[in-house]
Amino acid sequence: MLRFTIRRLIELVLVFFGVTFAIYAAVFALPGDPISSLGGDQPLSPAVVERIRDLYHLNDPLWSQYLRYLGHLLTGDLGVDFRGRSVAERLAARWPVTIRLALTAWVIQVVIGVGLGLVAGLRKNTWIDRGVLILTILIASVPIFVMAVTAQLVFGVKLSLLPIAGVSDGWPVSYLLPATVLAIYGLAAVARLTRGSVIDTMSSDFVRALWAKGLSRRRVIGVHVLRNSSIPVLTYLAIDLGALLGGAVVTEGIFNLPGVGQLLFESIRVHEGPTVVGIATALILIFLITSVIVDLLNSLLDPRIRHD
Amino acid sequence: MSDQVLSFEDLTVDFEVGGTTHRAVDKVSFGVQPGEVLAVVGESGSGKSVTALAALGLLPSNASVGGRISFGGDDVLSMSRSELTTLRGRRIAMIFQDPVGALDPVFTIGAQLVEMIRTHQPALSRGEARERALELLRMVEIPETRFKYYPHQLSGGQCQRVMIAIAVACDPELLIADEPTTALDVTVQQEVLDVLLAMRSKISGSIMIITHDMGVVADVADRVVVMRKGAVVETAEVHELFDHPTQPYTQALLDAVPRGGLRAEAPADSASDTAPALSIEDLVVEYRGRRGRTVRAVDHVDLVLNPGEITGLVGESGSGKSTIGKSVLGLAPITSGEVRVAGQALTKASSADVRQTRARIGVVFQNPAGSLNPRATIGQSIGEPLAVHRGVRGTELRGRVEELLDSVELPRAWAGRYPHELSGGQRQRVSIARAISLDPDLLIADEPTSALDVSVQATVLELLRSIQDRLHFACLFISHDLAVVDQVCDRVAVMSQGRLIEQGDRESVLRDPQDAYTVRLLAAAPVPDPREQARRRGIRLAG
Repeated sequence: MLRFTIRRLIELVLVFFGVTFAIYAAVFALPGDPISSLGGDQPLSPAVVERIRDLYHLNDPLWSQYLRYLGHLLTGDLGVDFRGRSVAERLAARWPVTIRLALTAWVIQVVIGVGLGLVAGLRKNTWIDRGVLILTILIASVPIFVMAVTAQLVFGVKLSLLPIAGVSDGWPVSYLLPATVLAIYGLAAVARLTRGSVIDTMSSDFVRALWAKGLSRRRVIGVHVLRNSSIPVLTYLAIDLGALLGGAVVTEGIFNLPGVGQLLFESIRVHEGPTVVGIATALILIFLITSVIVDLLNSLLDPRIRHD
Repeated sequence: MSDQVLSFEDLTVDFEVGGTTHRAVDKVSFGVQPGEVLAVVGESGSGKSVTALAALGLLPSNASVGGRISFGGDDVLSMSRSELTTLRGRRIAMIFQDPVGALDPVFTIGAQLVEMIRTHQPALSRGEARERALELLRMVEIPETRFKYYPHQLSGGQCQRVMIAIAVACDPELLIADEPTTALDVTVQQEVLDVLLAMRSKISGSIMIITHDMGVVADVADRVVVMRKGAVVETAEVHELFDHPTQPYTQALLDAVPRGGLRAEAPADSASDTAPALSIEDLVVEYRGRRGRTVRAVDHVDLVLNPGEITGLVGESGSGKSTIGKSVLGLAPITSGEVRVAGQALTKASSADVRQTRARIGVVFQNPAGSLNPRATIGQSIGEPLAVHRGVRGTELRGRVEELLDSVELPRAWAGRYPHELSGGQRQRVSIARAISLDPDLLIADEPTSALDVSVQATVLELLRSIQDRLHFACLFISHDLAVVDQVCDRVAVMSQGRLIEQGDRESVLRDPQDAYTVRLLAAAPVPDPREQARRRGIRLAG
């Protein structure tokens, strides 16, 4: 188990360097000059531009800029943006919103997705099973902005049950609507995956042997089937959590949530390189850490992985 | 009839698959007496497993059951789900064919034993249940230190012992064992059967064992029920059945069991004038295992096959016998040593030469369903080697395919059929036709009949031998079944743990084995003779 953990951590470090460098290089390869756009409509004087370029070491070769960035990163410093504001502080102000949104959406996906999948798998080929399939696919094929705006209209304007936008009502009230909209798009996948996994497990030899042991239905399904079928689903759910934390740009925009997704969108639009790289780095870290946690969880759930 | 533990009266089971109904069990009646070991024997599709599953209410939902199953006077078929749950495990326990698959992979064997005990004896505390579990493990001869092991860390034989321990944990009135040793090696099979029979004195109940193996029947049964195509053919006391079978099917089943000595002694030609068809010199095959460890599958093996000889390569699983076959075919990495086919060294030759040499080798694999392309007609499968290596096309190809179908005794018109339209035995005939299509010098047959029923196996072996007599190729016949090897081979080589431990002509190896392992292997293979099996068991248990 220790060896396994160490090996995964070493892999994590390698992937981290590779991916951060790729993002770093990509942002600096974007067309357009971020410094000259700082001045808005009034062009900056060449002396000022040169001073800013010098300040940010923009004239150094890419690799030395990257190494300097990494050096700061190791001390927890994400640097400052082109207006001199600390990237770390800007991010810190945004993260709570995104994390609340993502976790709420994720919990909805786990509870409803796994629940629907379990029911569909246990009632395979009945009208319940087909209903779940059709419903989840139907919902997932509606574009997210249509879904979001409709939800705002129905639950916010007509029924006045939930706030339409913003975070002024705090968690959970302000987050319920956007999180549900966000969650709906992962439901089909989670439900399908759970269903398939449950069906596979239910038809395996050991489940037949468990029935023959005289165990109750609750014990066979609740303990044995659930644990065995959760292994592939868990992997998907963890990757999905990573995606939810980084990918809620549209939802944050429609519901006017001041989260990381919005910040990322704005920063890309104005060529705010340091912020983009900072956010990307944070997201990569989240992805890597969740994937390591998944692997460790998987190996806890499945001894065959642990002893590999 | 009330003195019977379990009785089936006019049991019928129908399966509905895609709108059509298929009858798996047809008016089956028999009973299990208290304290006896009853063997239910039959080939695949005879309905023997379905009958057993019906007794526990474990049939899938597309099955409909008629007739009556009574257990200790209770009608099983009319039981509710909760009544069935109290019946299962507590009063009727069952063990299955694939012991590794029958244990939940994510729980330790100890946890699964404790779960069984605490389900049926809720009064026991956790500690008491654990004590009982350890006692059961000792009973099936598993060291207590294995308590916290997961199923994948144990061998198949050990897993089956754990299953037996789970099954007898609550002292059931009846233990049903469905092909309990089919997936195991013969020496392990013997140990598991010994443990199973030892349970007889420890539990008060009866044992119903389902098997296709007449040797196992002879070994363990008091009484035998013979089933065929869903119906009972014959029920008899075991000696009666083996000595005086009353039904022609039972007789045919007994006749189909491979017995040695059917093949004449090999002609004493020392084929010194021609190069050996296959010569393996000091072969070592190593695989890279987990954590960088290397696993030596074949360990310095020397083996020579002369033209026209069938050599049986015998061993248990993991002995390296199949790896030798694979290394000849270029499917296993040769670490050191040399493989020569008709004098051509495979490791040193150019790839074009190797390709040409391999065209002289035919192969028949164990699973005929897996080794035929499901989307190609059998005519295409048989003709492909001819088209690829000889460039045979059109009418000539069709003619050759028809000849090949003739030689494996399949109708010519079947060239247009697909593998799924054929039975297992017929598919294996197709594999043989494909293997001999290039008139090979060497045929490698890797467990060619292990997936087949005995009666089918007998005809396929017959066919293989007659073709070999006619075409005179050398054959490396890889098998775990000593009786089959005895029936078809001229020479025998015995492998264990990657090493070739004994080889020679058939009579000397199988009648007068020198190596202790060969002796043990021969003694473990059950023969279809209850008296002989009882004698062997007596010797074994005495010392």
